Amino acid sequence: MSPTELPILPEGLVVIVKEDCPTCELIVPVLEQLASGNQLTVFSQDDPNFPQEIEDRQFDSDLAISWHHNIETVPTLLAIENGKEVARTVGWSRSQWESITGAPQLGLELPDHRPGCGSLSVDPSVSADLELRFGGSTMKARRVEFASLEDSHEALFDRGWTDGLPVVPPTEARVIAMLEGTTRAPEEIVASIPPDLAPCTVEKVAINAVMAGCRPEYLPVVLAGVEAVCTDTFNMHGLLATTMPHAPVLIVNGPIAQQIGMNSGNNALGQGNRANSTIGRAVQLVVRNVGGGRPGEVDRAAFGSPAKVGFCFAEREEDSPWSPISTMYGFPAGTNTVLAFPGEAPRNLVDQLSRDPDSLARTYAANLISIQHPKLILGFDAILAVAPDHSRVFREAGWSREQLVDRINELTVRPGHELVRGAGDIPEGIPEAMGELDLPKFRPNGLHIVHCGGAAGLFSAIIGGWVNGEMGSDPVCVTITP
Amino acid sequence: MTKVLDPTNEATPADIPRVTRPESLDGLTVGLLDISKPRGDRFLDRIEERLVERGLRVERFRKPTFTKPAPVDLRHEIATKCDVVIEALAD
Repeated sequence: MSPTELPILPEGLVVIVKEDCPTCELIVPVLEQLASGNQLTVFSQDDPNFPQEIEDRQFDSDLAISWHHNIETVPTLLAIENGKEVARTVGWSRSQWESITGAPQLGLELPDHRPGCGSLSVDPSVSADLELRFGGSTMKARRVEFASLEDSHEALFDRGWTDGLPVVPPTEARVIAMLEGTTRAPEEIVASIPPDLAPCTVEKVAINAVMAGCRPEYLPVVLAGVEAVCTDTFNMHGLLATTMPHAPVLIVNGPIAQQIGMNSGNNALGQGNRANSTIGRAVQLVVRNVGGGRPGEVDRAAFGSPAKVGFCFAEREEDSPWSPISTMYGFPAGTNTVLAFPGEAPRNLVDQLSRDPDSLARTYAANLISIQHPKLILGFDAILAVAPDHSRVFREAGWSREQLVDRINELTVRPGHELVRGAGDIPEGIPEAMGELDLPKFRPNGLHIVHCGGAAGLFSAIIGGWVNGEMGSDPVCVTITP
Repeated sequence: MTKVLDPTNEATPADIPRVTRPESLDGLTVGLLDISKPRGDRFLDRIEERLVERGLRVERFRKPTFTKPAPVDLRHEIATKCDVVIEALAD
């Protein structure tokens, strides 16, 4: 019989047990009661000699019976008529066992109820392998075999599938386990990935998420990230092809950030947290492998930046003086979202002496003016990441995010004659025709203030944006589908 | 032996044969494509002068923005109007 074929259960009563389960031990007298006068077959998952007292016991050694019949709990009692399951109960409940078996006064010395234990067939350490063996593969991707003498890590580098760091080999069992992280069907198309505009399925995203080192529960965030960057508005093609160093910066909001263990505190923009480190990397690997976007080819970045390996963090919502950044995009606080921002590597901003909001706003303005070039305005957005030691000042003064943004915008207004080409003996600058105007650094909604970072340190951080608007990219915020 | 799933789009590149490079430009129409980078037009203006001096027909085109691929209609128009094309990248 092929492993994918459904094994027919014997007629009558079938009970699935394991020796390593106190409830299964407990009900052995009931099984003895049932064995006299009923057609009873007991399948043991772990010990072929359990239960010793029952003669008609079988060993589900490869868990085929348990997997195919969706056993999630032991003991499970099944009634089989003409090869079909007609009743089922899990754990021990005298009334339910009596009703299914038709036998009265079962296990009178036992408590009325006792919950069961987890079935071995749903143990996380084996479930993906069982799925692969018994479920038959539904994966569509081409299988690539490495020779036994080939080091699979080297083989993955050799094929050009990595970003230069080692990747986890995307075996079928790992990809199946990854796909458990989403309710979406593997064949569903997520997006067309630039630059090749290749249609990308959930399965292909899962393969690259395995390679990046993601856990299955991160997959919904990766999928949302892929969706956000592959919109016309975000313009991943341009962001990849540009000579500038920018990359998608992914900011996660909502309860999912804590549920999957993301870091929004100490070192939030740095290394050391698996979710932060691998989610952004997975999105980049999708662009590389599915989209065909590789450095030196369509990726023409002069410098690039560490952000291009993958840049993802969560907003520190729990003690933020402001609503989550996703509210800027119309999502109610508490919504699980990913904001994709076309940004460069962060740089730190020190102000250890200001204790009032206006002086901090002045510090921010003085630093933000220099993004890309102090004489270039309106064309670049920015993220200002404010750490708790700074945000406390705004909370205590009752400054809203809008108030802070407005004040920074006021403080960055400069007379056009200082910004035009040639001013300050620098040819770079804005066209002469704008010389008569007073101009702010940022367009409306260009400045994104995000709360994150560790509890100690009177710092904020700036992440400069790429060319904004129609010419380049606009940030895109999407909800995360489970 | 390890067996992995292919992480790429598995697309075999479509084999689009290139037009044979012409022996000479005599009698041909030359398309000049400005990708909208600043000052690319100055380079193309000069190329146009030189080509027109040689008695060639020149057609000018411009991408809406250098950050995105040329729209398919523009590509089609260039392909139907021109025999050869010169694309200018400038900064």
